[in-house]
Amino acid sequence: MTLSGLLKPFEEMTPEDYAEIGLRSGLEVHQQLLTDRKLFCRCPAGLYNTKEYDAEILRHMRPTLSELGEYDGTALMEFKTRKEIIYRINHQSVCTYEMDDTPPFEINQQALDIALQLAMVMNYKLVSEIHIARKQYLDGSIPTGFQRTTIVGIDGWLPYKGRKIGLVQLGLEEDSCREVSDIGHERIYITDRLGMPITEVVTEPVMRTPQEVADVCNIIRYVSRSTGRVRTGLGAAREDVNVSIAGGTRIEIKGVHRIKLIPRLIYHEAQRQYSLLKIRDELRRRGITPDTFQYEWVDVTSYLMHTTWEPIQRAIHKRQEMVACVNLKGFLGILSYPTQTGTVFSKEISDRVRVIACLTRQPNILTSESTEVTIGNVVWNRIRKAVRAQANDALILVWGSSQDVKTAIDEIAIRAREATLDCPVPSETRQALDDGTNGFERILPGPERMYPDTDLPPLEITPQRIENLAEDVPEQMWVREDRYREWGVPEHLLVPIASSMQAELFESLVKTFNRLSPVRIARLMFEKTVAWRREGLDTSRLTEAVWQTLFTHANTHPPLVEAAETLLETFLKSDGTVDLATQIHAFLLPSIDEATVKDLLQQELAVERPYTSPAAKHHFIMGNVMKQCRGKIAGAVVNQLLNEYLS
Amino acid sequence: MSDSYKGYREPVLSVLKKNNVRVWSEVEMQTTRGEFKGLILPRSETADAKHIVLKLINGYNIGIAAELVQSIREVGYKEAHYQIPEKDFPVDEGKPNVKLLGTGGTIASRLDYRTGAVIPAFSPGELYGSVPELADYCNLETEKLFGVFSENMGPEQWIKTAEAIGEEIEKGVDGIVIGHGTDTMHHTAAVLSFMVQNSPIPIVMVGSQRSSDRPSSDAALNLIHAVKTAAESDMAETMVCMFGPTSDQYGLLHRGTRVRKMHSSYRSTFRTISDIPLAMVDRDKITPLRQDYKRRRSDRNVNINAVFEEKVSIVYYYPNMKPDIIDSLVDNGYRGIVIAGTGLGHVNKPVYPALQRAREHGVAVYMTVQTLWGYVQMYVYETGREMMQLGVVPTANMLPETAYVKLGWALGQTDDLEKVKEIMLTPISGEITEREPYNGYLVYQGGIPEVEEFLRQIKR
Repeated sequence: MTLSGLLKPFEEMTPEDYAEIGLRSGLEVHQQLLTDRKLFCRCPAGLYNTKEYDAEILRHMRPTLSELGEYDGTALMEFKTRKEIIYRINHQSVCTYEMDDTPPFEINQQALDIALQLAMVMNYKLVSEIHIARKQYLDGSIPTGFQRTTIVGIDGWLPYKGRKIGLVQLGLEEDSCREVSDIGHERIYITDRLGMPITEVVTEPVMRTPQEVADVCNIIRYVSRSTGRVRTGLGAAREDVNVSIAGGTRIEIKGVHRIKLIPRLIYHEAQRQYSLLKIRDELRRRGITPDTFQYEWVDVTSYLMHTTWEPIQRAIHKRQEMVACVNLKGFLGILSYPTQTGTVFSKEISDRVRVIACLTRQPNILTSESTEVTIGNVVWNRIRKAVRAQANDALILVWGSSQDVKTAIDEIAIRAREATLDCPVPSETRQALDDGTNGFERILPGPERMYPDTDLPPLEITPQRIENLAEDVPEQMWVREDRYREWGVPEHLLVPIASSMQAELFESLVKTFNRLSPVRIARLMFEKTVAWRREGLDTSRLTEAVWQTLFTHANTHPPLVEAAETLLETFLKSDGTVDLATQIHAFLLPSIDEATVKDLLQQELAVERPYTSPAAKHHFIMGNVMKQCRGKIAGAVVNQLLNEYLS
Repeated sequence: MSDSYKGYREPVLSVLKKNNVRVWSEVEMQTTRGEFKGLILPRSETADAKHIVLKLINGYNIGIAAELVQSIREVGYKEAHYQIPEKDFPVDEGKPNVKLLGTGGTIASRLDYRTGAVIPAFSPGELYGSVPELADYCNLETEKLFGVFSENMGPEQWIKTAEAIGEEIEKGVDGIVIGHGTDTMHHTAAVLSFMVQNSPIPIVMVGSQRSSDRPSSDAALNLIHAVKTAAESDMAETMVCMFGPTSDQYGLLHRGTRVRKMHSSYRSTFRTISDIPLAMVDRDKITPLRQDYKRRRSDRNVNINAVFEEKVSIVYYYPNMKPDIIDSLVDNGYRGIVIAGTGLGHVNKPVYPALQRAREHGVAVYMTVQTLWGYVQMYVYETGREMMQLGVVPTANMLPETAYVKLGWALGQTDDLEKVKEIMLTPISGEITEREPYNGYLVYQGGIPEVEEFLRQIKR
């Protein structure tokens, strides 16, 4: 088989290329809210203690029957995995509510207010009564087995490139646990983040290219931050990216921490779906359909007793495990067919075996198409005979406890058969990997997983409450940007300021200190500050009070503006020993009059230097004199005096 | 009100009628806030009469105030029908036969995702559909005795349950499981311990603290533990089988007369008081913690003594209690009173005349302790002795709820107060023990370093 199943390299893909494969992509952006407490209990919010825990609790998640009387796809999968879920709890950040031993308390009103205001900023239609729903999660990431969630608005929109990007809903829900490890039959979670209020903004799948998705994601994050009422920092905002191409399936890529990664993630998922479609066509060409699909398996442990290939040798001799060989009839070449950069189809199978059969030790399978040195041809040939393999078959070895291997064999057959279906892209959630590719996480839950929470009654959002919140709602970010542009703020600072938690402070400083240039204030607060932070200085010391002090003095003593940078830098480097106000006073006292400046200029002009041009001479002298009187007299005055001398 | 408008009242009702839409209509609703599309759901009777509930396509429910509605158009109609999947419960001649008696509440259930209604699963087929592991232990038959919430269980239900147990034992079952709400499970467990005596087989009561429609529910595991106990254990007693720790690790088998619900919501809410439980149970094994239990027998010689005097009350003493509390019970014809007294079993002096009067009216008065742990000891203080002279009988370490049901049961058998006293003070099923073991009182306090160390190491 040729490699015709691959898209162009990422860098060469054009919007037309994406249109041709029918790319559709949407976002779910999760954002932690800046509240004092968690959403449904009185535990403090934002208290992270990653390592310390006081106790462990063990639970299992059991699927509940869905409407059709069958277990939901995810539910069944999680049950097959027979995972022991361990929760590590810290007394300070977790109470009996999070551990599902106490019913929920009334919803956090502060969080609800913030969510309503975010909905207003993003042009949502607000509901008049919220109903708490339970959304099932059987992976254990929430100890109840479901997430309490509610929506406060539907059908919002955000402006982007002259279009309106539709927002399906704005949800308010509780955050989940953070996974510590998932090895074999044990998954461990840390619970500090559990129950924190987060909003979920869901976009329509209307972005046309991977870059557009990243752009819109940025906009949503900026808009959320611009309210000043959300948390920032690592993990405070997280995205899921949904991707499909024509003929494929909507795949949810979970846990994207960096927006920069989004374009490549989407490209690779599009590539994977594209390859799976090609693989299906190839299998069809060979006459393999869901009905004619065949596989066999045989216990081949005895053939491998003397292998020196370590993964199997250890399995047999150290852990007394068995090895099975699955023969996928007519699958020759399919297992090594590329699906993502550096990844082939057998990874799809290996991932399923890892998650569903809990065979987490890698490598967990070995295929007859592996090009590495492993068990040797003699052994392979014996195994081929044992499973009666023909030339066009593909073989997979899998090892583990007999129970896990049984699950694995079933799962290998299930996944291989899925490759022959009309839609050969199984509904899954996949996890984002750092190189932009993705791996299988779980089967995507069906829509049946939502049901009402019987523990809490509906809650009316009165028109009065909406009115009060509307008065206090932060201005929309794009309105702010327009105003800053009028103030002359440079383009590259518009978004950083408008989306900043300090936007309101910036505006009030500009209005209060009307003798100062908004550009100066903007550069100090949003450009210099970023540079200092990158240098490693503690810019959190630049509090509202510091800015007030600085600009109050600067408003009456314009020279101070030019010295502000030096003053602030000294202040930041002084580790708290120098008080800014004192520094400012010291600076303001010895002001320089014009006569002194004239003396300084004359001294400079008297020195003979080989200037290359008049401009260079002006530049040099100006620089030298300003070194001695910066901030004590306006630079413009010095400039004018120098010009007089030079002319 | 017709079912077409289930739960909707004025003024919303008129809005629905005017627009020719009803419950289960798929609608497009124009409002002053824009258009909303969804399925109209029934309205809870306890919710306000201002909002229409819509199920959106994404599965969420929302409420829209009727006063915002401009117009509603029906675009479809989708009524929900519920049906529980049934699978035949496998029969294996080699396995013990267990009978599950239902009293109400849900042991297993399935969920209707459209309405959130929890539909109980109870027939063997339904149970097999949701907890297939049960077939590993036994052949199961079920019978629904009645459907009442735990708090509505009373003498009528206790008597019926005891009689049903007697019949099942005669029929030859190998074990009985009783599904019960948890709130009053310990009352029922205690009264059945008295009404059903000399049982040759295990009688296991079970329930759940988290409803069975949720993935983290304790229901399935509790049921598995209870069925295993009924099928396989050699403990022929009335027991409560519920979670030991809050973790999914093992269940505890508590003697019916010594068990009490001790937390309003924890999974591990049931505790044996002033003693240790009978055994631990998990999917694979039953581990007895003591040997003084009654053993399983092959005969069918059970004694059913299902009687109960309803005119019995329990009085929880508090400082400043007035004698009229006791007086009013006497005036209302009560024949028995159990007092939960302070400390070793005390009430204040002003109540004494009322106690005297109760005795004169032939009312049986018994003393228990509201500390729950420990014995009544009325000799230690003068006041205790005075009360005994007034006819108040100490009940050793009987739990207040156990004393209450036992007194009702005793007065159901006889009017002779001396006989009643004999019945009350003769231990039948561990309700009074001769000694309290040192490890019978364990309420460890968090924060203490060694307790924290224990928590870190032992999941519970």
